[in-house]
Amino acid sequence: MSYLEYQVKYVPSGLKKLLYVSWPLVLLVAAVSSMGFIMLASIAGGQIDTWAQPQIERFGLGFVLMMLVAMTPIWFWRSMSGVAYLVSIGLLVLVELIGEVGMGAQRWIDIGPLRLQPSEVAKITLVLALAAYYDWLPARRVSNPIWLIPPLLLIFAPVVLVLAQPNLGTAVLILGTGGAVMWCAGVHWAYFATVFGAVGGAVFAVFESRGTPWQLLHDYQYRRIDTFIDPSQDPLGAGYNITQAKIALGSGGFTGKGFMQGTQTRLNFLPEKHTDFILNTLAEEFGFLGSFTLLVLYGLILLFLFHAAMQCRDRFSSLLITGIGVSFFLLFAVNMLMVMGLAPVVGVPLPLVSYGGSQLLVLLIAFGLVQSAHVHRPR
Amino acid sequence: MKRQRTDTSEVWPRMTRRAALLGTVQLGLMGVLGWRMKQLQIDQADQFRLLAEENRVNMRLMPPSRGLIFDRNGVPLATNEPVYRIVMVREAAGDPHEALARLAAVMPLEPEAIQATLDEMERVASFVPVTVKDRVSWDDVARVTANTPALPGITAEVGLSRHYPKGADTAHVVGYVGPISDYDLSQIEDPDPLFQIPKFQYGKTGVEAKLEEQLRGQAGAMRIEVNSVGRVMRELSRDEGAAGADIQLTVDANLQAYVEARMAGESAACVVIDCASGDLLAVGNAPSFDPNLFVRGISVADWTALNENIYRPLAAKAVQGAYPPGSTFKIATGLAALEAGVIDPNETVYCPGYTEVSGTRFHCWKKGGHGNVDYNDSLKYSCDCYYYEVAQRLGIEAMSQMARKLGVGVRHDVPMSAVAEGKAPDPAWKQAQFNDVWRVGDTVNASIGQGYVLATPLQLAVMTARVATGREVTPRLVKTVDGAEQPSGAGGPLGINENSLRRARASMFDVVNSDRGTAFRSRIEAEGMQMAGKTGTSQVRRITAEERARGVSKNEDLPWERRDHALWVNFAPYDNPRIAVAVVVEHGGGGSAVAAPIGRDVTLQALYNGFPPLEAYPAERREEMAQMQVRIRALMDGQPVPVFERA
Repeated sequence: MSYLEYQVKYVPSGLKKLLYVSWPLVLLVAAVSSMGFIMLASIAGGQIDTWAQPQIERFGLGFVLMMLVAMTPIWFWRSMSGVAYLVSIGLLVLVELIGEVGMGAQRWIDIGPLRLQPSEVAKITLVLALAAYYDWLPARRVSNPIWLIPPLLLIFAPVVLVLAQPNLGTAVLILGTGGAVMWCAGVHWAYFATVFGAVGGAVFAVFESRGTPWQLLHDYQYRRIDTFIDPSQDPLGAGYNITQAKIALGSGGFTGKGFMQGTQTRLNFLPEKHTDFILNTLAEEFGFLGSFTLLVLYGLILLFLFHAAMQCRDRFSSLLITGIGVSFFLLFAVNMLMVMGLAPVVGVPLPLVSYGGSQLLVLLIAFGLVQSAHVHRPR
Repeated sequence: MKRQRTDTSEVWPRMTRRAALLGTVQLGLMGVLGWRMKQLQIDQADQFRLLAEENRVNMRLMPPSRGLIFDRNGVPLATNEPVYRIVMVREAAGDPHEALARLAAVMPLEPEAIQATLDEMERVASFVPVTVKDRVSWDDVARVTANTPALPGITAEVGLSRHYPKGADTAHVVGYVGPISDYDLSQIEDPDPLFQIPKFQYGKTGVEAKLEEQLRGQAGAMRIEVNSVGRVMRELSRDEGAAGADIQLTVDANLQAYVEARMAGESAACVVIDCASGDLLAVGNAPSFDPNLFVRGISVADWTALNENIYRPLAAKAVQGAYPPGSTFKIATGLAALEAGVIDPNETVYCPGYTEVSGTRFHCWKKGGHGNVDYNDSLKYSCDCYYYEVAQRLGIEAMSQMARKLGVGVRHDVPMSAVAEGKAPDPAWKQAQFNDVWRVGDTVNASIGQGYVLATPLQLAVMTARVATGREVTPRLVKTVDGAEQPSGAGGPLGINENSLRRARASMFDVVNSDRGTAFRSRIEAEGMQMAGKTGTSQVRRITAEERARGVSKNEDLPWERRDHALWVNFAPYDNPRIAVAVVVEHGGGGSAVAAPIGRDVTLQALYNGFPPLEAYPAERREEMAQMQVRIRALMDGQPVPVFERA
């Protein structure tokens, strides 16, 4: 029995719940999504029905789902955590068997008009499962090595399956999200220090060994790593995309070239302009003002998530909100680092803005969970 | 109020602390993101803006139209002619096989051309026009244009290509253009961007090469917006560039054509120069070639044929050919002697047919000798012994100095290819060249234009013009560039005593008009048109004593390449010199028999500005001349030049 159950009588009920929804968060999500609609319309040369309209329709569906999830009591979602997690793992296995491959490494299952990417779902169900686990686990056992095994298994099951797709970007995001939840749950910092130390040491060893008799990888593997880290070494391949992306972003300047005036976008120099590189289109057409505004909106979303997490006084809710927040942060941070040439291109879309059905839906449902926790917190 | 569960409350502070730490890390990373945005979009914005412009804007060069070349009367010698090609754009044409089949039904199209087109289309983007057939006839263009609705994606395009309407007549003077080669490019220090245009036509020889810079003009440029695969989206701006400068030559196309026709069948060169201005009225070279063959790149077969022809049609012999001037050089030797005062014009030298100089016997061309010969006789009869004597008194230095003063052994600055310097030799030169001392025999040989003396037909013409006027006439080939008159070739006084010059001219008059002169058969009878000249026959071999004893000196008995060169120089009219002419017929035999008649005919043609009346010739020549005029008119009207054949 957690704090939540003791305090159920202080939780709002019925239509009164609507008053307790965090409307600023809803507005911020809608605002960011709207920036996406505008950019999608611009990229399609003013054509609404190419990308913008399907995106708006999915946003509408996702918004309804978000509100439905928000109205449902958070303890129901907590009781569903295990089931949801197992279903998403099942989907990951299924997609491995029957899924379709496209755009490099994304795997999806076609469900009617919707393309379901189980890896997106798994990110949220993992947070649910971890939050439920630590809500159940007495605090004194959190750092006990035996009790570290279940959460690690929970994390590595989806990570391994996603890596097998192979989708490195999403695998890293899942790993980061899971780690962040464990961190917030109070796992002793020494574990984290050990892991970071070990990973750092391994990376250091791999690079130090290069050119020595005890070289750990083959030369071609090093070269692959080199191009991965610094695409400009391969100016016509991977480097071409990132170079053009930076040109698009930088050429926007402070105020941008104007709606539908981005030459890099319009003349097709920019790759993946409606998905992974949509920030560059935004930056080209609306300049620093546009891109920085988006960054500020993302920051405000994080701020409200943090605020909501702090307001919840039960562990499940606050861990859930924190986990979703970290997951959301990692998405846009990795995407932005990638398209601004600070990180290798790993195929992570810009949350809420990039064109893509399942990610938008999953994110909106995740925000629904946040709202549910926020609405149903005891007062 | 019920107490909260301990495990929950216990966890709280740490949870908040940890979340706050996490939030700080996130905030830090967002700071990095914001800083990066500022760096790229504000600090480096200008640089990226430039890169974006470079991406999207392409420059298309628009070749300027090359300057035209005209003769002195405005007759076009080099023009730009529209050439048509059929191009096809795959994305507009649909299935390329079908489209080409439809095209083949309209105009003749070889299977190889179809295959080449299909191959090319595999290589390029679907919006890039591919040339199906180049240099198509106007009829084919008309047919394709008329069938435009049935031939989507297929169009006729027009371009400009050089054309030489006078063909072989002006080939050596005008030169030719050809597609610029990698070798050409490697020779140019700061290449014009135009040279990047494939097969850009670039001056290779003659005026086309020497005045390339003026003729080429300024490239125009079109700024176009392209997308990432190079498709043209729109034209942004256009700069028309400037056409090349038109050039007017001093050459008279009619006279030039006559000269070429008159020399047809010979391996010869002829230069006609205006005595007053130095204008080169005709620079004939025979045999010649069709410069139009070179414009698009010459075929290997044509090139081999031209290159292996022993009569060297590609050589501009009038300026490139350096020949022993033979007896024509006696003008220079004689003038030098008169100027130096080593001999009185009336003093006679006895000619027994040979002269002994330091143990070597130098022969006069006339076996029995000329007897007593004074200056006038020496030129009139072309007595060699007179000059052997004069040479010994004069020395080589003064002789060569006079030659150079008259323009022999000096490179004249005319815009033609490989202009030769000739040679007015002196001891220092021989020492440097052959590491040998200058001998009296060398001077003796040089005095009659043999030995080390070499002159080009152009130099001989300049020499004659200078003797005729007493002024330092320099040859001029370009009359105007872009309408601007070029400096005249009329020079200042030569600084030779007028009496000496008058004697030389009078003797040259006698060469032609005295009944014992060597060129009497080639005299002009028309009043006020009479010419003065000098014959020359220069050996290209040494006649051995044995040969002389056997009497083998008849040219007809020798193979062509060992026969003597025939030379001739003259100016006319004698009273008021207007033109000077030099003729060299390679291995033509005697100057008086072969070269002088050409000089006479060319002179008359120039003075009459067309075919002269037969009355200009001596009565006994008129019938022969009438026949020749008919033959030459036919040649000038475009009959094929007879193949050069001299057994």
